[in-house]
Amino acid sequence: MAFYGVELSSRLLLGTARYPSPAVLGEAVKASGAEVVTVSVRRESGAGRAGQAFWSFVQETGLRVLPNTAGCHTVKEAVTTAHMARELFDTKWIKLEVIRDDDTLQPDIFGLVEAARVLSEDGFEVFPYTTEDLVVADRLVEAGCRVLMPWGAPIGSARGLNNVYGLRALRAHFPDIPLVVDAGLGVPSHASAAMELGYDAVLLNTAVAEAGDPVAMARAFALAIEAGRLAYAAQPMEPRDMAVPSTPTFGKAALGD
Amino acid sequence: MRIFVNGDQREIEPESLAVALSALGYGGKKIATAVNGRFVAAAARPALKLAEGDKIEVVAPMQGG
Repeated sequence: MAFYGVELSSRLLLGTARYPSPAVLGEAVKASGAEVVTVSVRRESGAGRAGQAFWSFVQETGLRVLPNTAGCHTVKEAVTTAHMARELFDTKWIKLEVIRDDDTLQPDIFGLVEAARVLSEDGFEVFPYTTEDLVVADRLVEAGCRVLMPWGAPIGSARGLNNVYGLRALRAHFPDIPLVVDAGLGVPSHASAAMELGYDAVLLNTAVAEAGDPVAMARAFALAIEAGRLAYAAQPMEPRDMAVPSTPTFGKAALGD
Repeated sequence: MRIFVNGDQREIEPESLAVALSALGYGGKKIATAVNGRFVAAAARPALKLAEGDKIEVVAPMQGG
């Protein structure tokens, strides 16, 4: 699997927020096997040290980072944040979020497409956080995106895949674009289901960070993602309405009257 | 001269963004900046003269999802 020409063996991208402690975050990252972690940028005072400490942590992991534009509500905010992130993290990758609705954190798909176009033209490699809308996805590809990240459900909701039909249609429509389910997953079976649909990867944060044991949950998700991918590659059988005996009927002893 | 740094009002001498950041304690830190909503690259900070009422945003790496 490759994002913008970068080959990765792990299909789990892990967020770094909301962990009980930096130590647990570090252990969870290791247990997940993730090669990419998402990061952000936030205000820091002249006396503040939080950002510098986090930067040291990121450097120590040696992992590739995917900065986000979380919390941005306009194209201007998102574009400026992306520029700041590019300089801070020295990467062209940007997880583009342009949020419209604060209850669902549903993206403003009009602003998203516009920001994706502006950033792609400026040399960014954009990972748009979007809905499963097929036409929006098409517009994002037209704008220059070579990865798409539809939500499974609203961020942090742990609801799983709200629209399996829509996600499946997206996969069928874009066979050559890496697709990542980003947001809304709660348990490993959700991630496995996404992988069984043929999705290339899964991006997680809250489901791991807010589990009772984030390290164990990171490992559980990693296993589920691997299992789901194997199952997809193994071509699952089609569901059917009627029962079909698995034990052959031929040769059964005739024991009736 | 009155400016705003991450929303807080500050009084500084008229100077460049680079000098102001150093005076505000950001010297040597891993930061990125914007002035009045526009990104200002590190290389452009010495040449950018601040003006009365400028709104400076200073951000650092942070955890994110």
